[in-house]
Amino acid sequence: MKKSYEVVVIGGGIVGTATAFELAKRGVKDILLIEKRFLTSGATGRCGAGIRQQWGSELNATIALESTHLFEHMEEYTGYPRSIELHQGGYLLVAYTDKEMIQFRKNLEVQHKLGIDAYELTPKEMKEKVPYLNMDGVTGGTFCQADGHANPFQTTQAYAYGAKKMGVEIETFCEAVGFRTEGGKIAGVETTKGYVEAKLVVNCANGWAPELAKMVGEDIPVYPERHQALVTEPVAPLIDCMVMSFSHNYYCQQTPHGSFVMGIGPKEAPSHNFNTSWQVLEATCGIMCETLPVLRNLRVVRSWAGQYDMSPDANPVIDEAAEAANFWTVCGFSGHGFMVAPRVAIMVANRLTGQEDSLDIRKFSKKRFETGELLIEPSVV
Amino acid sequence: MANKDVIICRCEDITREMILECIEQGYQTIDDIKRVTRAGMGPCQGRTCRLLIAGELSRAFGVPMEEVLMPTFRPPTKPISMGALADAYEESKKGGGAE
Repeated sequence: MKKSYEVVVIGGGIVGTATAFELAKRGVKDILLIEKRFLTSGATGRCGAGIRQQWGSELNATIALESTHLFEHMEEYTGYPRSIELHQGGYLLVAYTDKEMIQFRKNLEVQHKLGIDAYELTPKEMKEKVPYLNMDGVTGGTFCQADGHANPFQTTQAYAYGAKKMGVEIETFCEAVGFRTEGGKIAGVETTKGYVEAKLVVNCANGWAPELAKMVGEDIPVYPERHQALVTEPVAPLIDCMVMSFSHNYYCQQTPHGSFVMGIGPKEAPSHNFNTSWQVLEATCGIMCETLPVLRNLRVVRSWAGQYDMSPDANPVIDEAAEAANFWTVCGFSGHGFMVAPRVAIMVANRLTGQEDSLDIRKFSKKRFETGELLIEPSVV
Repeated sequence: MANKDVIICRCEDITREMILECIEQGYQTIDDIKRVTRAGMGPCQGRTCRLLIAGELSRAFGVPMEEVLMPTFRPPTKPISMGALADAYEESKKGGGAE
């Protein structure tokens, strides 16, 4: 670690590594990425790993679609020698009320306009696709084959690998603990390994990002909310697609490794709690065994907890600090950061290097919470 | 431990050579190696391999074993069927539990 850098990126998750990679790709030299523990130790390494284009707002569907295209060629894009284990087995979104199905049909109109190949399924067609699905109460669903999942550890490592090859330095077990400003501009970062000067700071610390922004006087209306997931022992392929419901609040997928990963989404008070609870473990098994009874015979080998960085409209907040120019915060992904990070990182890097972008980054400004121009998304967990 | 073909993680079939490759590539913790190779993610949850990997890290970085960072251990201690946990959930919904 040197004493001075052009850019310091804070956070070794998917958002931080992808942002460092995209900045380097645009010719920015002298970038340092700091991570308080190890890469993927925060929300990225604890996420459900899903990649879905079946969104209800045009903005989210566009970002997800373009991110999917990046996931499809991630190894080539970053030069990573391992696989990111992308599996495009599709997402089956399950509706349990007529109202939910009406919303799904509206979403399909948005998706079709963008060329996303999603379509409606009758309960009978859903049963054919996932014979193990309990159809009690199911009113219909939609499916998109190009949706799926990828390995968040490998994807983050891929970005880190590509970034390092372009000269980005990555310092793990190095925490940002304070900032210095000069004349209303960011001047540097106090870390647990000493002070580093920086002309630009990008705060990608997810649930911790608001606390860091606060240190330069910036209020970001985002808070961390604990969510838990579990994984089973591996078995032969049983279900090819992600099965997900918003109203019943579950997701479940079989990974290429053969294990099933699943979670349910109870709301909780804000916290940085990384402990798992026995109650949620039992509730997850209860809800999932009712939905997919075949799971009853599988054994749970591990459970874990992580945080969604929740914003008021469940969409990211990307903004520069009012009292510290060149201090940018990118957080508030509200549980779907992994699947949109590739495209969001491009948008952020384009803005920070003065390049044009087909997406308007100003839409993600926190000003929207004052003006009321919220990024309304009907289909989010 | 001269043989590189020796299996370090029996659940996931990870050899000593694969662990040494990770260390050469710059991975410095059991947590990193677990996430990249799956060593320690199987049914035994690393009961055998974590100390063997710790030994490799200790040798590679010249730090005592007790200073090698351990990953987090979480429930369940042993694999439990989802059906058993689901039944417990249904019981707790009926009431009569401690909550």
